[in-house]
Amino acid sequence: MSDILEILLTANFWAAALRIATPLIFGVLGALLCERAGVLNLGIEGIFTAGAMAGWMAVWLGAGLWGGVLVAALAGAAFGLVHAILTVPLGLSQHVSGIGVTLFATSLSYYTYRTALPDVSSPPRIEAFQPADIPYLSDLPFLGPALFQQTPLTFLALAFVVVVAFVLYRTPLGLAIRAVGDNPSAIEAQGLSVTLLRMGTVVAGSALMALGGAFLTMSAFDAFFFNMVNGRGWICIALTVFASWRPGKALIGALLFGAFDAFQVRLQTEVGGVVPGQVFLMMPYLLSIAALVVVARKADYPRAMLKPYFRGQR
Amino acid sequence: MTTGPGEQPVVLALSGITKRFGALMANEGVDLELRRGEIVALLGENGAGKTTLMNILFGHYVADEGTVSVAGADGRLQPMEPGSPGAALRSGIGMVHQHFTLAENLTAFENIVLGTVPLIRPGLAGRNARARLAELMRRSGLEVDLDIRVSRLSVGEQQRVEILKALYRDARVLVLDEPTAVLTPQESDTLFATLKSLAAQGIAIVFISHKLAEVLAASDRVAVLRLGRKVADLPTAECDRQKLAELMVGHAVTPSRREPKAPGAALLTLDGVTAGEGRDSIRDVGFTLHEGEILGIAGVSGNGQATLARLLSGLLPAERGNLFLRDKPVHAHDAGDMIRSGIARIPEDRHRDGVVGAMTVAENLVIEEIRGRRYQRFGFLDFAAIAARAREAIAAYDIRCPGGGAVARLLSGGNIQKIVLARTLDAGPVVVLAAQPSRGLDIGATGDVHRRLLAARARGAGVILISEDLDELFALSDRIAVIHRGHLSAPRPSEELDRASVGLMMAGHHTESEAA
Repeated sequence: MSDILEILLTANFWAAALRIATPLIFGVLGALLCERAGVLNLGIEGIFTAGAMAGWMAVWLGAGLWGGVLVAALAGAAFGLVHAILTVPLGLSQHVSGIGVTLFATSLSYYTYRTALPDVSSPPRIEAFQPADIPYLSDLPFLGPALFQQTPLTFLALAFVVVVAFVLYRTPLGLAIRAVGDNPSAIEAQGLSVTLLRMGTVVAGSALMALGGAFLTMSAFDAFFFNMVNGRGWICIALTVFASWRPGKALIGALLFGAFDAFQVRLQTEVGGVVPGQVFLMMPYLLSIAALVVVARKADYPRAMLKPYFRGQR
Repeated sequence: MTTGPGEQPVVLALSGITKRFGALMANEGVDLELRRGEIVALLGENGAGKTTLMNILFGHYVADEGTVSVAGADGRLQPMEPGSPGAALRSGIGMVHQHFTLAENLTAFENIVLGTVPLIRPGLAGRNARARLAELMRRSGLEVDLDIRVSRLSVGEQQRVEILKALYRDARVLVLDEPTAVLTPQESDTLFATLKSLAAQGIAIVFISHKLAEVLAASDRVAVLRLGRKVADLPTAECDRQKLAELMVGHAVTPSRREPKAPGAALLTLDGVTAGEGRDSIRDVGFTLHEGEILGIAGVSGNGQATLARLLSGLLPAERGNLFLRDKPVHAHDAGDMIRSGIARIPEDRHRDGVVGAMTVAENLVIEEIRGRRYQRFGFLDFAAIAARAREAIAAYDIRCPGGGAVARLLSGGNIQKIVLARTLDAGPVVVLAAQPSRGLDIGATGDVHRRLLAARARGAGVILISEDLDELFALSDRIAVIHRGHLSAPRPSEELDRASVGLMMAGHHTESEAA
């Protein structure tokens, strides 16, 4: 018992939780934007991979780190546009299109990587983002190492929580996004374009998802590996329901998952000899499912989610 | 109004509007003019093309032929850009759709200001939005709490939000598609009072309806559509019920009347039945239904009718009390048992409970008998028998559909009701439970329903008619009981009752007869 408390009381643990949560924050924000507009984006897993690959490769080819971030966002936006075209004006199944985008984006990323680097055995490294050293803040006891020695992308993710919340709740655009996911005919009756609104939101949300991928190759690690996204996109889809499509709760959900994950790693080193390691690896996912079962029963899905809208149809 | 509407300037003109959907001619060469400050009723049966015409006006559809012209700021008529709700809004046309176009996860205020300011800016609306809305609400009498989520507003309040939405955009022409379909009679009265005051302030109003009473009461002028064509356009003062009904249907209309008939033996008896929970429960309800009798149950929706219907359908158990079918007690609540004992159910929500929308007309026609022998061969479905049954029912009940293979969901409400009637009444039921059987139907379809119920009565079946429509209740019922807050008054012969006393009892006023 005291071991567990000891883990929870180290700054190091909370720093790890926030680090693990960062790509999820990007992912959940992106997913909740898309879903608020009425489009489920299961392309997220592939968009993560594409963002991770594109950002890393841009830097490897000589771009600056922020240039790499921009390239990652553009790659995400491009795959988001594919999903948007298939699901909004063409009204195809959002499930099928999303899974298709995931397979397509993942394979294309691997293909590009292999074609550019046909004969490397160990993945080449880049000079990744370094933890920030903010005067005074980073030196605070406990809080300093826990919160203020992160890489810039973590701060960007936190900033986006505020930005997305502000856009959704404090601007006419947010009003329109929330309305189009509930009743698209409300948008059409007010003279706005359902198609443009939904497509724009899906593209923007996908760009955000790709930043989550970029964090993996440009902050968490400094290279690109196959399978490195490893289901993080799917976790984001679940966390979106957990967050009831609210940015603030999305942050809490991502942090919770990050904490579970950081905790299991530390617990493994404590009692790893007795219990197989896989049990610990399983834990964050099991706990996510448990949390989801509790929350999702009351989940208030955007009413028009998954429903394509065609003008002049009832 | 000091000047008659005839002298007011024309603010909107539709000319030669034609719209086809495939082979269907929805509108054919329709002209319609609207003057400042007048209320025009657009009357027609379901499927006559009223909604299509208004959707063209509002830019949801593009007309194949014809133009829509709107008066500009200088009062001159100018053609409006077709197919753009945005253009219609800018021209001062506001539309209140039958299915509200409100985002239920937003507040009333947010719904109203949605799309009135550029999307990319901080702040949801202009600075004086609230002051303007307060002024609009005061002037129009449309009071509504602006900061409540729309999902928590009543249907009447949601409609007020829809009208405010149009007024907030300075609508000079207001179109309402079947505005009373979802309202209680009291709410309808309030609505029409509001519309009159808006018209007095100079707004031109078109409302779509197939209810003659409200057309006569609330409009200055009536335009009648039949099969997509305008067949009449005349001042309301020159119309009466009979004339409008004939214009609308296209032939003389004779209301259904029941023939006097002595009731037979007791069929169904409820004795002190209590069931359900909450507002819609029933308490200590008792009555006896006889052979060859229509028992009307009058009441405002939500006073226990739904629970009573569910109980008699076998979907809900009775907590207390007894149910007898021909003197035999009915215990288990089992819908299948009820069907096999000969209880035919015409549910209130025919789209949700009357048919399986995704299945075909033929499948819906046989669905209650699918376990019987008639539609089986060696344990498999006998498609030939099912198709034959569908052809027979489609012909006998005049179900307008492309054929037995058509998907039920795509049919109109009247035709879906005919499927329900064919399925339930042709099985030769002993008791017919008809819940709001003509709600939302036009005159033609309502007449069909009434004739079928009277035919069932003539055959000796007992009919329980749950309705809010006093005309319907008095025309069909041998006896009428009133349900209010779950309590049912003692049924009395309809000849001994009058509309006023039943109306009062529906509103909860007790009469001496009930106390007795």
